[in-house]
Amino acid sequence: MLHFQRWKVVLILGVVIVGILCALPNVFPSKTVAELPDWLPHKQVNLGLDLQGGAHLLYEIDQQQLIDDWLGNIRGEVRGALRTARIGYTNLGVKPGQKQVSVRIRDGFDLDKAYDALSELAAPINQGAFGGMSGGKDLDVEQADNRQITLTITDAGLTQRMNGAIESSIETIRRRIDAFGTTEPSIQRQGADRILVQFPGIQDVQRLKGLINETGKLDFKLVDPAANAQEVAASKRPPAGDELVYSADEPPVPYVLKEDSLVSGESLVDSQPGFDGRTGEPIVTFRFDSTGAQRFARVTQENVGLPFAIVLDNKVISAPVIREPILGGSGQISGNFTVEEANDLAILLRSGALPAKLTPIEERTVGASLGADSIAAGKSAAIIALIAVAVFMVLAYGLFGLFADLALMINAVLIFAALSLIGATLTLPGIAGIVLVIGISVDSNVLIFERIREEVRSGKSPLAAIDAGYSRAMATIIDSNVTTLISTLVLFWLGSGPVRGFAVTLCIGILCSMFTAVTFSRMIVSFWLRWTRPQYVPI
Amino acid sequence: MFRGFSFVPPNTKIDFIGMRGISFFVSALVMVLSLVAAQVYGLNFGIDFKGGTLIEISTKAPQADLATLRSTLNDLDLGEVQIQQFGEPNDVLIRIGEQDSEGAQQATVGKVKEALGDQVAEYRRIETVGATISTELIYMGTIAVVVAMGAILLYVWFRFEWQFAVAAIAALTHDVVSAIGLFCIFQLEFNLAALAAILTIIGYSLNDTVVVFDRIRENLRKYRKLPMADLIDLSINETLSRTTLTHFTTFLAVLALYLFGGKVIENFNIAMLWGIVVGAYSSIFVASPLLLVLGMRRDWGATATTKRAKSGSPVGV
Repeated sequence: MLHFQRWKVVLILGVVIVGILCALPNVFPSKTVAELPDWLPHKQVNLGLDLQGGAHLLYEIDQQQLIDDWLGNIRGEVRGALRTARIGYTNLGVKPGQKQVSVRIRDGFDLDKAYDALSELAAPINQGAFGGMSGGKDLDVEQADNRQITLTITDAGLTQRMNGAIESSIETIRRRIDAFGTTEPSIQRQGADRILVQFPGIQDVQRLKGLINETGKLDFKLVDPAANAQEVAASKRPPAGDELVYSADEPPVPYVLKEDSLVSGESLVDSQPGFDGRTGEPIVTFRFDSTGAQRFARVTQENVGLPFAIVLDNKVISAPVIREPILGGSGQISGNFTVEEANDLAILLRSGALPAKLTPIEERTVGASLGADSIAAGKSAAIIALIAVAVFMVLAYGLFGLFADLALMINAVLIFAALSLIGATLTLPGIAGIVLVIGISVDSNVLIFERIREEVRSGKSPLAAIDAGYSRAMATIIDSNVTTLISTLVLFWLGSGPVRGFAVTLCIGILCSMFTAVTFSRMIVSFWLRWTRPQYVPI
Repeated sequence: MFRGFSFVPPNTKIDFIGMRGISFFVSALVMVLSLVAAQVYGLNFGIDFKGGTLIEISTKAPQADLATLRSTLNDLDLGEVQIQQFGEPNDVLIRIGEQDSEGAQQATVGKVKEALGDQVAEYRRIETVGATISTELIYMGTIAVVVAMGAILLYVWFRFEWQFAVAAIAALTHDVVSAIGLFCIFQLEFNLAALAAILTIIGYSLNDTVVVFDRIRENLRKYRKLPMADLIDLSINETLSRTTLTHFTTFLAVLALYLFGGKVIENFNIAMLWGIVVGAYSSIFVASPLLLVLGMRRDWGATATTKRAKSGSPVGV
């Protein structure tokens, strides 16, 4: 067992050398690494946000709002479809709890025709990558008693809409953060309805959060000149076709607006921060696309002298009076902005609206100094642990302790090599995992050496004792490592963020230690046996 | 040449099985105390599991004035606010309970920042966890512990006999419950890192239970006439040196982490240190004697040999 064939020796040493080369870039600052020759590996271990400082923000998309908006659209489409088909109807209503729009057809003769017309509103589900649900539609159109027709959102339809909403939210967030000019954000989908946004080393998290939290839905609406805003605000009952909207001021000012929007933010093609030519105060300028410009020109022509409101996310930003028709398709918003606010608003408008509100449900921010402290603390803990364990091993096993220490060092190197190669992220718990591995990984050698001691005591020759020690300890080593691996895998499977980092390093560390403590140390011991041909085992 | 020092002398013969009356009593007492502590004090859940906001600041003043900070923050009317010094004298940890709505939760950090104003040199860490996430994390944590225990039970059952598996799980439960008891008694914050420690303990503590079991099985084959109690004692004594040594090296490593690894993962380290000690105890004093109680059979060694021979595994002779 102790005889190693040449190819095995080459293979083992090869793994060790490649490991050292792969781990090497982590020792140097990144500038030096860039200057290394091309044939050397350049990958360094990524540091987690808890080590380099940064923000981790988890958002949940508001599914109810998405459903409500969709039902609102369906209601509009039903109205349009029945009107086109010249079918009389009553009781067109939305039941959000049942994800349903229902309508009653006035005349029983029209029922089939109406059903056909409304059935066309249901669109087939795009199968895309999830080919399983075949032939489904996003709406169930059904006839009920009393000449009623219901349109219900299907689960598959909702899933498809959620997927679309998540994807477009990610795009929008990316545009906003890019416009803000920060370094490499990572924006990922998590689960069915969540988005994880991470940016390293950012100072002004609060402002960036402001950019993500706003839906960014812009509307231009007419102020109803007939209504008294104060009275409506007191009674909370706006006249039919109107709605009550407050301004973003403190205290909020109520406005009564026409429900239908003149032009919406979807028609915007550009938006930039600027300064008002006369007053010098910060403003946001915007430009419509051609259809938006035409509409805006027409409504401003028709309503000269009346106030209209610029509404962002259901808050009135400003409500200027239309002094003259705006024909050029561009305009400006002023509303007592600071320069920063004007800048952020321009980014919001430019990047388009989010499909639904994003609610932050988890947020972790680490300052750069705490990250640096953690790295320093982790480093010293690791070095001290390494030295303490190494000294103890020599005390316990003499020369063989040195062999184990060599294996331990190689193990540490291999862990870093593996982390660099697979592009894993090193977190503070990850460092804890490495330190723990330093303590645990000598276990295999302890098992082997204790075994060798027993074999020596039972009177075996050095060679036979060592051989038996290695081979008999093997089953125990595997058993004992498997149990730790099981709980590590569970941690990896269920853990998130930093805890997962712990599971990764612990798992890699244990796997590497099986190689170093068993194969590598056995090879070293076999070299030593061949060179010295000892009469007794110094253990 | 230096041979190394045998920390546990060879031929050590400690009558562990003979002590099982005392050790079962001690173990039971620890379990009962832990459960009582869990009932009376309860776990001091961190924001990961309870929701809320955690803010770590360093103040401009070299010595943070906790009383002033406390009264400033209490004026904000944010409900439960805990303030504690953390590491350096000017380092302060602020914990704020969960607010009624996600909106209020979001506003909390802004309010605190405004109130503290320029007393703060740096916001070192800000964490806000909403109710959705904390409920999920509790659920996930429970599942993780159950799944890990279940998987280990299956593994031990597969590798040994069911009695071994039951004894191992009893030892594990002992370790986990006592670790939770420790957190309850000292009201240490139980957060994600502490949960990770509990899961690691589950894997690690079992590690040497399995090593002792391996030896018991081997000795069952070797000594056909030895009474069971003596056989278990012999097995524990034979592996005692290994058990103490590996636990000691792991303890050393985690101790280094505890002393020099910073405050952020302190509770992870405390839980691990406890788990390492109690893990060694439980494999010797709980799992192995329990095997005797559950009834061992002489023919296990034999079956194991035939199993091995059939599968052609290169292990053992």
